Amino acid sequence: CFAPFLCLRPPQIRVKPDRTGVVTDGVKHSMNPFCEIAVEEAVKLKEKKLVKEVVAVSCGPQQVQETIRTALAMGADRGIHVEVSGKDYETLGPLQVSKIFAALAKKEQADLIILGKQAIDDDCNQTGQMTAALLDWPQGTFASEVTLEADKLKVVREIDGGLETIKIKLPAVVTADLRLNTPRYATLPNIMKAKKKKIVNVKPADLGVDVSSRLEVLKVDEPPQRQSGVKVETVHDLVEKLKEAGRI
Amino acid sequence: MGIFQRFARIPLKSTYIWSLCRQYSTDLTAVDRALIQHRCVHNRGLGASPGNPGAAPPRLPFSRVTQEDLAFFRTLLPGRTITDPDLLKSSNVDWLKTVEGNSEVLLRPKTTEEVSQILRYCNERNLAVCPQGGNTGLVGGSVPVFDEIILSTSLMKQVITFDNISGILTCQAGCVLENLSNYLEERDFIMPLDLGAKGSCHIGGNVSTNAGGLRLLRYGSLRGTVLGLEVVLADGRILNCLATLRKDNTGYDLKQLFIGSEGTLGVITAVSILCPRKPKAVNVAFLGCSSFQQLLETFQCCRGMLGEILSAFEFLDASCMSLLEKHLKLTNPITESPFYIVIETAGSNATHDEEKLHKFLEEVMTSSLVTDGTVATEATKIKALWSLRERVTEALTHEGYTYKYDISLPVEKIYDLVQDMRGHLGDMAKNVVGYGHVGDGNLHLNITSPSKDPALLAAIEPYVYEWTSKWKGSISAEHGLGLKKRNYIYYSKPSEAVALMGSIKAMLDPKGILNPYKTLPDNIH
Repeated sequence: CFAPFLCLRPPQIRVKPDRTGVVTDGVKHSMNPFCEIAVEEAVKLKEKKLVKEVVAVSCGPQQVQETIRTALAMGADRGIHVEVSGKDYETLGPLQVSKIFAALAKKEQADLIILGKQAIDDDCNQTGQMTAALLDWPQGTFASEVTLEADKLKVVREIDGGLETIKIKLPAVVTADLRLNTPRYATLPNIMKAKKKKIVNVKPADLGVDVSSRLEVLKVDEPPQRQSGVKVETVHDLVEKLKEAGRI
Repeated sequence: MGIFQRFARIPLKSTYIWSLCRQYSTDLTAVDRALIQHRCVHNRGLGASPGNPGAAPPRLPFSRVTQEDLAFFRTLLPGRTITDPDLLKSSNVDWLKTVEGNSEVLLRPKTTEEVSQILRYCNERNLAVCPQGGNTGLVGGSVPVFDEIILSTSLMKQVITFDNISGILTCQAGCVLENLSNYLEERDFIMPLDLGAKGSCHIGGNVSTNAGGLRLLRYGSLRGTVLGLEVVLADGRILNCLATLRKDNTGYDLKQLFIGSEGTLGVITAVSILCPRKPKAVNVAFLGCSSFQQLLETFQCCRGMLGEILSAFEFLDASCMSLLEKHLKLTNPITESPFYIVIETAGSNATHDEEKLHKFLEEVMTSSLVTDGTVATEATKIKALWSLRERVTEALTHEGYTYKYDISLPVEKIYDLVQDMRGHLGDMAKNVVGYGHVGDGNLHLNITSPSKDPALLAAIEPYVYEWTSKWKGSISAEHGLGLKKRNYIYYSKPSEAVALMGSIKAMLDPKGILNPYKTLPDNIH
């Protein structure tokens, strides 16, 4: 039996006025949509009795506890909150997160790690792959279908040219793509049950992980504002305006 | 498809028509006069009659648009006088595609002054005018019946001022509700009303129909939130009551006459409205109940435990859910139940609100008032849950033909009407569904049929109106009377009241050019 591992990412941000980064104060944290799909897949595996226990993990400040609770309400058994806050959280990137996940996977003796293919705030698409490399585990990324066959995992991957089917040995890392499943709504009876499930607090230092970043953000800008169009009354006006703008 | 006939051949016996005739005695030709007398004396046949009170009455003797008229309009509104039949088509038909007029002119003024000149001219020339906003009304009030000139507010879309201390917004009548919402949200405020048609409806239209919507439970009706109006009267006089004061008790409150008057007393050109602060925390819960009684008890519990943060309490029945699943492929997030509730909370503190909400949910779950449910705190999920309520109207349009009833009743009686109707209609109807603003005592009863069915209509009406009247309800809670329901007014208002309405109409619009054939009944007795 396996104990898959879920990694959840809180997204949704705005650029700070001083352009040094993004605003995280008072921003509503919610589960990354791809991670939600990962949670759903893990819960499905458990419902099929192919997996023994589902553990949900998230790295971040206090607010991520809510995200973990949602995963518990969807069917995860217990949660691990890796506390990273303040400056450390602002510079937390895929490399540090994958180190944390690798350390936890070893500690918990996980057989399968499922996470979203990328976070919708930074679109890095690196954590899953880095985690697999650090653990020296096979990876099935952009999964749109996952099937357990004996001790191997058959993964159908969404690639540019279509679909690629691979078979990988367990333990492995899988990253969820959009079409893997449709996540269920957490219903009230399960939300009530989730309140009793355990969430354990852990610090990166406890796992022997250094969260300092090797990257320095130089600046962050918003995309350019869309200019409003100009309406003209006649074709003559249109031609004049185009000439004025140096377009013709 | 129900298209009202342009020329109903029945004569109409109506004191309202007679008073109009007296006004016109010098303007009419001998032939016209004879025709009207003939019509008024003999009362038979098609059009508005006891069997079909919603149909159009015969065309009143307004002038017809001439080339001179068009020349005047084109000089006043260059490039904004539309006579192309293709462009006119969508403005001649209502959103439900059940009513179609034959207007040949669509005018698009940009300023109040232009509206004033248009109405002054039309009043002198005796040309009928149909004011039109977003054309999203459901009672045929927003489109011409015959060849009335369409006066569109679509180019009057400027925000005039916004004061972010008092929250008072002043804007032109043609601003689209959703655009105003977006404008306000950037400034940390919201509109006090919200409805499914927000992407198309104009604030002027909302005010002239006293639109209700999803937030009425929390912020009240437009009669409370509208602080001032600028209205152009039938003869072109501009009535500037565009106050931006929260309190002003100086004389009669004229704006209340125009709110809900459906464009028959004046054309609203600008609105000043009080806007609430944007809530910091919005949560939506979607719950399932096994009986209407439990739904009502849930409402009471909700009021008690969520009270000050409750911003919406809506319901839909199992039939609605099947239609959503069948026609729009939406998924039911919880287990199948006879009734579903959408509860929205809006407050200033996310943690406090979630605590209140969770306590409430725990209470209704453990006491079994609610059998299942789910909660959303995140924007996309909230939108998904709301669409289960907001898109029922859309799902119904896929059934064929829908007979829509918007009824106010004592809250306990709301679903009795749906069940009685089901029993009464039996196999004649395809589907009988109920949904709506149960928190406000407002039911949207919808009966579907593969196509228009006069026998079904005869079974529904006047049964539904008599039922409503018996329980002292309103036959039109928020949709207004428009063309379709004008003759049912007596089910909810006494004759003295309607007679007084007629007098006010005659005083403000003696020639009756503003949105004729709408709101007031053909027979004022």
